[in-house]
Amino acid sequence: MSAQQVLFDAPGPRARRNILIGNIVGVLIVLGILAWIIATLGEKGQLEASMWTPFLEARTWEFFILPGLANTLKAAAIAIVTSVVFGLIFGVGRLSHLTPVRWVAGVVVEFLRAVPVLLMMIFFWLALGSSGAVPPQDAPFIAVVVALTLYNGSVIAELVRSGVQGLPTGQREAGMAIGLTAGQSLRSIEVPQALIAMLPALISQFVVILKDSALGFIITYPELLQYMRRLGVGEGNIIPSLMVAAAIFIIINFGLSTLATRLSVLLSFRTKGRKPAAEEAIAMDPAST
Amino acid sequence: MEDYLSLFETYDVLAAFWVNIQLSFWAAICALIIGTVLALFRISPIPSLQWFGAAYVNIFRNTPLTIILAFGFLGLFSVMQISLAADLNASLFRIAIVGLSVYHAAFVCEAIRSGVNTVPLGQAEAARAIGLSFLPAARLIILPQAFRGAIAPLGNVLIALIKNSTVAAAGSVATEASSLMKTMIEFRSDLVIPIFLTFALGFVILVIPIGLLTTWASRKLAVAR
Repeated sequence: MSAQQVLFDAPGPRARRNILIGNIVGVLIVLGILAWIIATLGEKGQLEASMWTPFLEARTWEFFILPGLANTLKAAAIAIVTSVVFGLIFGVGRLSHLTPVRWVAGVVVEFLRAVPVLLMMIFFWLALGSSGAVPPQDAPFIAVVVALTLYNGSVIAELVRSGVQGLPTGQREAGMAIGLTAGQSLRSIEVPQALIAMLPALISQFVVILKDSALGFIITYPELLQYMRRLGVGEGNIIPSLMVAAAIFIIINFGLSTLATRLSVLLSFRTKGRKPAAEEAIAMDPAST
Repeated sequence: MEDYLSLFETYDVLAAFWVNIQLSFWAAICALIIGTVLALFRISPIPSLQWFGAAYVNIFRNTPLTIILAFGFLGLFSVMQISLAADLNASLFRIAIVGLSVYHAAFVCEAIRSGVNTVPLGQAEAARAIGLSFLPAARLIILPQAFRGAIAPLGNVLIALIKNSTVAAAGSVATEASSLMKTMIEFRSDLVIPIFLTFALGFVILVIPIGLLTTWASRKLAVAR
């Protein structure tokens, strides 16, 4: 049900006129806000050509934007793979028929979901850096990946669990009936179906991973935001630099979110006849950090 | 053990958590207000407002919070010299609240919209049938039910907000918990694990009751249909 149909009728002539008036007022307000922002930026000299021309130069892209983006994508890509693995292991663990396994997995997942990612990042960064187990220059990168994995892996574990619990009980019963053990039925019947149903929610979680990789900025990992800050300090155009960094993140994440929405429509025919767990899961975790 | 306990004499851990709680409290109120207005925009019949609401949500939901808060410090505070209080630290604190609010407002908007979707069509039709126009129908019929349906997702936003208040470190709010944890670990790197567990436990204690409470409230207040 779309929200649009809920609240108002198909408008008649008078309502159409009111909507038109409201629309014009709305456009004026939005334009007014934009004009105010632009005027304020202009007043402080942020719109001068010299602030923005660095983004037309090849060296800006070669030495700042692309290396930063590469580091961001590297950390995010590795964290995506490891957190899916982590999520599958602990998600299946939470569904195990062995009480201790279920218990341990539950405590681990609930604990990791409640701790801020940044705390974990700072912890691993300083702990790895001082222990000497890894080269000091690698510590920020490893800390980013490990912290993202632990947090997002436990969110994915919850997705796996809710996905499996949303399946019709007949699936498990059918598995039992052909002589599979509980574990076998979980692995070869329930989890594969749950994975397809949770695909849109999983992609939304990838957006979170990509966004949270920017936390590496705080622990000196040279990702996009860090490079853009250096660029901004060097060229004296910190505001344009941060805006470009934000725009790059928005474009990538918007693409991923659109993919998630498309997939959930596309997959709805495969998951018909069961609770819309994927949609529920997205609504369940709108916070997505 | 004595080493560990002596840390609490040197550093005021509770004060750091209190900073996070204050950040979350004010940001939660502001985000709830902005988010509700945005949700109203998105369900209104006026295309320009719908467009504005959608654009806002898509922009802020897809921007890393770290960039927003770093922008607050590096851009708004340092370059634009916008100051929200006479005192330097109070100003940074308020800018961080603004950053946290505008970011989480996008999620509040989506949570309320998901709540609106739980309201059956018949409710809006009944409201129109008794002659209510858009705003009275929204205020009297739709939003009260939508808020009740949105308690669980709103609770998730609140939990995320409390955890995300640590990111205020990117906005140079140096008194909050993650910054203090960093200072403490740098001072006593031999106690890195106990220090981390202390702070982690602090967040677990803050977050888990809210989760339980919102789950309970969403069941209790759910509109029986």
